[in-house]
Amino acid sequence: MPRAKKTVRSTAAKRIRLLIATRKGLWTLTSDLARNAWKIAGPLFHGHIVHHAVGDPRDPRTLLAAARTGHLGPTIFRSTDAGKTWKEAAKPPAFAEGSGRVVNHTFWLTSGHASEQGTWYAGTSPQGLFRSADGGATWESVDGFNKHPQRKAWCGGDQDGTPDGAKLHSILVDPRDPKHLYIAMSSGGVFESVDAGADWKPLNKGVRADFLPDPSAEYGHDPHCVRFAAGHPDRLYQQNHCGIFRIDRPNERWQEIGATMPKSVGYVGFPMVVHPRDPDTLWVFPMDGTTVWPRTSPGGRPSVYRSRDGGSSWKRLDQGLPKAQAWWTVKRQAMTADARDPAGLYFGTTSGEVWGSRDEGRTFRCLARHLPHIYSVECA
Amino acid sequence: MGRSSHEAAAVVRVRVPSPLHSYTGARDVAVAVPVLAPEMPPTLGGVLAALDGAYPGIRFRMIDEQGHVRPHIKLFIDTTLTRDLATPLPTGAAVMIVAALSGG
Repeated sequence: MPRAKKTVRSTAAKRIRLLIATRKGLWTLTSDLARNAWKIAGPLFHGHIVHHAVGDPRDPRTLLAAARTGHLGPTIFRSTDAGKTWKEAAKPPAFAEGSGRVVNHTFWLTSGHASEQGTWYAGTSPQGLFRSADGGATWESVDGFNKHPQRKAWCGGDQDGTPDGAKLHSILVDPRDPKHLYIAMSSGGVFESVDAGADWKPLNKGVRADFLPDPSAEYGHDPHCVRFAAGHPDRLYQQNHCGIFRIDRPNERWQEIGATMPKSVGYVGFPMVVHPRDPDTLWVFPMDGTTVWPRTSPGGRPSVYRSRDGGSSWKRLDQGLPKAQAWWTVKRQAMTADARDPAGLYFGTTSGEVWGSRDEGRTFRCLARHLPHIYSVECA
Repeated sequence: MGRSSHEAAAVVRVRVPSPLHSYTGARDVAVAVPVLAPEMPPTLGGVLAALDGAYPGIRFRMIDEQGHVRPHIKLFIDTTLTRDLATPLPTGAAVMIVAALSGG
């Protein structure tokens, strides 16, 4: 019998898909690579509060979504067929019995190192770190953090912290070394582990904590989002409650890079997005952090700000965005870039709109509206 | 002391609220709860464990990792509200789970 002719299939992505996690379910927006025509689908998990939905860069067919409902406890849903079917984790993230601590929701999901297929990390509210070695089916406590003798001092009590619950987020795995991890906590600060999470140390020097009696305290800071610079994991960018910062390791001290933002806009925001290739390019989305912290677009005029020089200078990018009376903001997981050239930039708003740019933020247009409050936007 | 040879099971009717129908596929289900000894009737916790055996994952959505009923879940044995999972079930009693939440 003659051998069947082998069909060669390109593995290159032929479409862009955004996962839109909201307070009432999960939607997708899909486009071809031109990024002109977007098609919306959903909701999945209708009525669930989906805090984060992400794809697996190691396996494009795998997706994870962290969800709960108002009534029901937190869980993780997993798909291994690009979202056609989903299965619930057999053992979702949960603190140890007897610890007295209860996971309210899983807030952040990060895929593990490229060499560790199936490994995932989850950050929870209140602050907890969990790891899965089986693609998200079962989750184990990272006791090196959750049972660290200093954890309570670092984080405060479980009732302390941000209005929607204290959070562990921005879990970063060094692409050169699976044992080298960073996490960030609101509140708590940025912490580093060089032994796969067995031990941790604070990494907050140079970051201001204006709300503390000692603004240069070792911990207790409020990072909102931390990212590796593209292709340059010795550099991290941080959007903090008190400014925008950069660190170039092995330095131990963060440098403030938000001071050159316009005073009328300020340097407060939730997301931090890095360019897919250029380590000097990053985007932020400022919000109003004055007086009672309205956390809306400053002056009702939303804008992305971009730096092309590692944070030395910033450019306002608002072409296509509303010019007035737009009082939404963008949560920390709700802004992302695709890997195309030029890179696409996308964000979802607290008022349920998704905006996109296919020219690195020079122009924006609305891709979807009337969705629920958006918690995360990720390319998958 | 040896293990009891008593291996009976009590069948308990459970009414399930709509947020949990994705697990059970039905509003009314019945679960078999092991009865270790005639003088040890099944407890509410035993019913939830049996429910989780039949519908894996359902218990954690209602009961947190410290064994407490989650804030917006209410559990009734017949018409009596209880948050104590050790509460024994009278013979023939039914369990009703209520998911109670207001707001948008």
